[in-house]
Amino acid sequence: MDSEDKKTKLNPESWVDRYADYLFNYTISRVGSEEAAKDILQDTFVAALQASGRFKGDAAERTWLVAILKHKIIDYYRKSNTLKAKSEVPLAYDYTSDGELPERQIADPLSIGENDQIENVELGMAIEECLSQIPEKHAQVFSLKTIENWNTEDICKELNISPSNLWVMVHRARTALMDCLNTQWFKNP
Amino acid sequence: MISCEKAALICSKTQYREAGLWEQFQLRMHLFICKTCTEFSRRNAKLTELCSKASVKTLTREEKYDLKIRLKKEGDTKS
Repeated sequence: MDSEDKKTKLNPESWVDRYADYLFNYTISRVGSEEAAKDILQDTFVAALQASGRFKGDAAERTWLVAILKHKIIDYYRKSNTLKAKSEVPLAYDYTSDGELPERQIADPLSIGENDQIENVELGMAIEECLSQIPEKHAQVFSLKTIENWNTEDICKELNISPSNLWVMVHRARTALMDCLNTQWFKNP
Repeated sequence: MISCEKAALICSKTQYREAGLWEQFQLRMHLFICKTCTEFSRRNAKLTELCSKASVKTLTREEKYDLKIRLKKEGDTKS
């Protein structure tokens, strides 16, 4: 490792486990395409690795990665503009519903789905944000169980832990999430 | 009577419908007398609801693995 033992240290080996999902969702919410987001994410990590010598340790690791990611997203838009000579901003939006453009649908007073969609993306980001602040293992177990819906037995086998161990980690993660997620999410409807 | 910590842990388990019958019974008895855990239980259920409606995308394990390999290669060529 380099001699950056003051301030924040970079730890590229743990980037993927710690930040990939957070950065992935961040990117999807801005470019609207999962495939593009994957490419951008990879470019970001590679760029970050190449620039790691210039990291001064003033910012948190994730903040620094997000800063690089933002540049990559801008690059993505530049490239796609020169390629296709058009500049629409794709929203993270399900076009398959009835093939109507979202800007037309917003005019429809009966459809309130768009706000839900945006809110759910925000919620997802908030959850990812909180998960990146708790111990890695807890976050991993929680995600597998809650977001990817693995069953308990498979997770235990995969991570070589006991069920009671799993539940303690899931529980810790849940408790941390409840504290971390903004109280606005917990308001009763 | 079980402790609040134990009750809270069972409560998290019930969010996945994986608490045993005896555990469920113990929890219910506890919630009967404990306001704090009842509130915790409400928030826990709300969290389950939030997680299911949040749009969270995750990379698959293979994709993460590929990314790691890619980064490792990059790191090796750099040094």
